[in-house]
Amino acid sequence: MAEELSLLGMWASPFSCRVKIALKLKVVQYKYVEEDLFNKSPLLLKYNPIDKKVPVLVHNGNPLLESLVILEYIDETWQGYPIFPKDPYERAVARFWAKFIDDKLLPAIRRACWGEEKGREKAVEEATELLQLLEMELKEKRFFGGETIGLVDIVADTLSLWLTSFEEGSGVELMTREKFPKLSKWSHEFASTSAVKENLPPKDELTVFLKSLFGKPAK
Amino acid sequence: MADDDQVILLDFWVSLFGMRVRIALAEKEIKYEYRNEDLKNKSDLLLKMNPVNKKIPVLIHNGKPVCESLIIVQYIDEVWKDRSPFMPSDPYERAQARFWVDFIDKKVYLPSVRLATTKGEEQEAAKKEFFEVFEILEGELGDKPYFQGEAFGFVDILLSTYTCYFHTFETFGNFSMEVKFPKITAWTKRCMQRESVAKTLPDPKKMWEVVMERRKGLGLD
Repeated sequence: MAEELSLLGMWASPFSCRVKIALKLKVVQYKYVEEDLFNKSPLLLKYNPIDKKVPVLVHNGNPLLESLVILEYIDETWQGYPIFPKDPYERAVARFWAKFIDDKLLPAIRRACWGEEKGREKAVEEATELLQLLEMELKEKRFFGGETIGLVDIVADTLSLWLTSFEEGSGVELMTREKFPKLSKWSHEFASTSAVKENLPPKDELTVFLKSLFGKPAK
Repeated sequence: MADDDQVILLDFWVSLFGMRVRIALAEKEIKYEYRNEDLKNKSDLLLKMNPVNKKIPVLIHNGKPVCESLIIVQYIDEVWKDRSPFMPSDPYERAQARFWVDFIDKKVYLPSVRLATTKGEEQEAAKKEFFEVFEILEGELGDKPYFQGEAFGFVDILLSTYTCYFHTFETFGNFSMEVKFPKITAWTKRCMQRESVAKTLPDPKKMWEVVMERRKGLGLD
């Protein structure tokens, strides 16, 4: 049975990257469609009329939206590499940290790097405190998923390349090796994993892009 | 699951987030100990079980904490999987249910709060946003008995908690849910016929009183 699988994504989006990593781990073939977010395709507007955002995974004509929803769908649909833990309690813990990263940590990092100068110190303090919680959660594990990458590692993709680009583009230092030895080591190991490495965008281009998107005097 | 499971819920009676979990536990007929937290004086247990967010609800299952209401509801569904499933079995339908849960979780709360606790231009803006969101939900529900089809599920558990505030929204927003959203209104009545929902949701008049107190505190009325 021929399956049709395509991913509407954007090269600089860490959310699109999550889906690419997951599909690579499952060894699933798909067609990638690059979206211009300033000139969205009729296809994207058709599949995601509410938010008009990427990533959108289209499987046999059926669209799937929201990166976390897509990751769970991929894990349930294709066997092989497990992205989510099997045990319900461990799943709940993984979901908790995924939500923590998306709902609390990422907005805090954005505010720290790109927010108003006035609130900069407090924003950096907040982001640092939240990063500390994640540093503690990693403990002595190689990855959040244990010996191999799992859901939380994939969702934390923003903390590897994107955070480095944020820091270089904004001049704000957050995840230093001194303050975050475990996360810094994790970031390097994560980015070196083959499923991740081949799906990361080029760093310099990403830094330039993010700076133009978030930096002043952008409104 | 064994009957000697120890299940404790740390909660606060007014919390919409807590109500989601209470409905889920009732749907699965799980026996549990309910503990009402004083949010101005949080218990040591709450701070120990949820050190990251320090918030309710927290489900403590055989001593292990599960935090965040939607995560708790999914956990309940996965552990007590032998009865009343909250999710369909088809992966695509499951993804759709998760999408709508995420949509409701992100888009209903703030406009609802603003609609009930502001006035003038700010309230008009909140009302517009509230209507936009509920129009989408009305369309998504369509002619189905429940959001996920024939069976009451995860999406219904989530949205049904807001129904105890509908009377409040109508009063302070000056509109009728039944006129604007007839399908959701019919769905509300259907949900209220379920024991889990009817026994969990407080009387809408009580919620109106809670919001009225808040409005007085803000100097609105």
